[in-house]
Amino acid sequence: MAKVALSSIAKSFGATKVLDGIDLDIADGEFLTLVGPSGCGKSTLIRIIAGLEHQDAGSLAIGGSRVDHLRPHERRVAMVFQSYALYPHMSVGANIALPLTMARLRLWQRLPLLRLLSAERRAVMRGIESDVAAVAAQLQLGHLLDRKPAQLSGGQRQRVALGRAMVRNPDVFLMDEPLSNLDAKLRVHMRTELAELHKRLGTTFIYVTHDQVEAMTMSDRVAMMDSGAILQLGTPSQLYEKPASLKVAQFIGSPAINLLPATVAEGGRVELFGRPLALSVPLEPGQAVTLGLRSEALSLVQGEPGGGRAWFSARLRRKENLGSEYVLHFDLAGRDATGVTMRATPAVAAGVNEAAEVTLGFEEAAAHVFAAAGDRVEPRGQGAATASVVPLRAGA
Amino acid sequence: MTLALASASGPAPAARRRLRIERVTGLGFALPAFVLLLLTILLPLAVLLWLSFTNYEFGGVDMDWVGLANFRKALADPIIRRSLVNTLLYVAIVVPGGVLGALLIAVLVHRRKRTRSVYEVIYFLPVTSTLIAMATVWQFLLHPSLGPVNGVLKWLGLGPVAFLSEPSTALATLAVIGIWQLLGFNMILFLAGLTAIPRDLYEAADIDGCSGGIDRFLTITWPLLGPTTMFVLVTTMITAFKIFDTVAVMTRGGPVGSTEVLLYNVYLEGFQYFHTGYAAALTFIFLAFILVFSAVQTFALDKKVHY
Repeated sequence: MAKVALSSIAKSFGATKVLDGIDLDIADGEFLTLVGPSGCGKSTLIRIIAGLEHQDAGSLAIGGSRVDHLRPHERRVAMVFQSYALYPHMSVGANIALPLTMARLRLWQRLPLLRLLSAERRAVMRGIESDVAAVAAQLQLGHLLDRKPAQLSGGQRQRVALGRAMVRNPDVFLMDEPLSNLDAKLRVHMRTELAELHKRLGTTFIYVTHDQVEAMTMSDRVAMMDSGAILQLGTPSQLYEKPASLKVAQFIGSPAINLLPATVAEGGRVELFGRPLALSVPLEPGQAVTLGLRSEALSLVQGEPGGGRAWFSARLRRKENLGSEYVLHFDLAGRDATGVTMRATPAVAAGVNEAAEVTLGFEEAAAHVFAAAGDRVEPRGQGAATASVVPLRAGA
Repeated sequence: MTLALASASGPAPAARRRLRIERVTGLGFALPAFVLLLLTILLPLAVLLWLSFTNYEFGGVDMDWVGLANFRKALADPIIRRSLVNTLLYVAIVVPGGVLGALLIAVLVHRRKRTRSVYEVIYFLPVTSTLIAMATVWQFLLHPSLGPVNGVLKWLGLGPVAFLSEPSTALATLAVIGIWQLLGFNMILFLAGLTAIPRDLYEAADIDGCSGGIDRFLTITWPLLGPTTMFVLVTTMITAFKIFDTVAVMTRGGPVGSTEVLLYNVYLEGFQYFHTGYAAALTFIFLAFILVFSAVQTFALDKKVHY
């Protein structure tokens, strides 16, 4: 168990800058997820922590001591690869045992023929076997130890890869997109298993994924990366509720956040489609801003919109049935915006007809404002952000 | 559904007709390949087998059926026995040299990044050259008085060695030339095998503490090269067993029969002495060896190879 400290890590491949001065402190026993679109540098970062790549600049400490000069296995980290990287010619048992045989037997004791001369080898091998059995039992792999990786299902291979990582009692677990090769159902299941494993082991986990759902559901903290830099570091709810930039807001959350073009009017008041909102920002008038609205922040407005603010009209394009709820896709009538999505209960969804024009309302307090450069702008404190619309009730 | 119902109460005429059309179509597709196989391999083999039971001589007007006499004669013939021993000896030198040498070179070349293609070309050159042309170069290189090899030996204070005219060194010298020619091709095969090993595995091994060169080779490279090694071993063995051209050009079986090999004897019997029937029988013995080699290796190695 150890904390991990990265300071000003930089890395380029040729002329391409992959990591641009990453600073990150990961607490002992924390589950930290690096999330971001492909090519953002998250995999390179985890490979630098593992020692598979070397940073061009900056330093890395695990458990308080510098590890920059250490080879991967000397860093006391274990890694689970996206492809699992199981040794295809070895049985499951031998795969899990490999880190231990490497650590506990000397080179000549591992060589063919020569190893027969070693008297203590048998005792060491017995120790290894019992350790492997203990790990296999934890992962319900006990009955599969003699199989080859090719004879296993994806989920079983995943668990073997985990077992090979666990058997060494590493200080840090590194996982590089470990669930992306699994089918959707198994992925959801393994998410729970990984989170429980983390709780049980209490070890530091560093997890790389491009899937924001994995990041949101498992992590203590999430570091959202893009173009070699960390855009925001925080708990999953911080990233969801207070995205620091447009990119974070767009990446986190499903369905994706609705973005509407707005402008700043006199006094910093934000205007949406020409109507002023009960929302003012410390920006110069005339600037263009982007209004971010989560799909659950929208609701249907019945009858005439009250107060003349925080509403806009839209036309239903498609209903997406998710069983417990619907996602309604709207076109914005006559606006050059891409359209919005809204979560609705089945009863509410039943009340909306295709191609019918409806009024969508929202509370200004739930809106995120982003400046033209993409940074979050905090609205000025004000009491006027009261509920301005009455959501349509079921059966109304 | 319809098919299941139809088969329960005897196939309906339409279904039966479709089945027949499918069969005919299938046969039609297989036919060209089969005809080719028949004309180019099976038929000549049958003729060869038939000839081996006769005393046919090339150009002769009649022949007699002699049964197994040719085979009996071949097995008792001291020249054939010696050529068989020589061939096996040659195989025994060329196979380990050609396979292990190529593996070593492939592993070394594989690590090079920028110069890899240069090395590939250099080692592959002997494969592309004609062995007959190269044989004259070798003959010059190894010449007792004119060749540079003996020049170097003399400079080192070692007496001149008549590599190709000394019975004790002639076969070994041919074997070295054989290895030289096979090395490049085998290296390319091994390189392909090495490239197919996922990099992830080496990285996982690095993290698992398996990072020394010997460990990496024994844990990952060697086992995962299993299928490639099997293929290289079989093809090298067969190629080595077919040794003919260097013998024909450089030594003609000499000195004192020390480089007489099986195929060279087939050639002598068939094309110099025109004992076509006898040559056919020798060819059959040769083919039997090749068949046994490939069968034994395929079955023996199949069990140790993964996937």
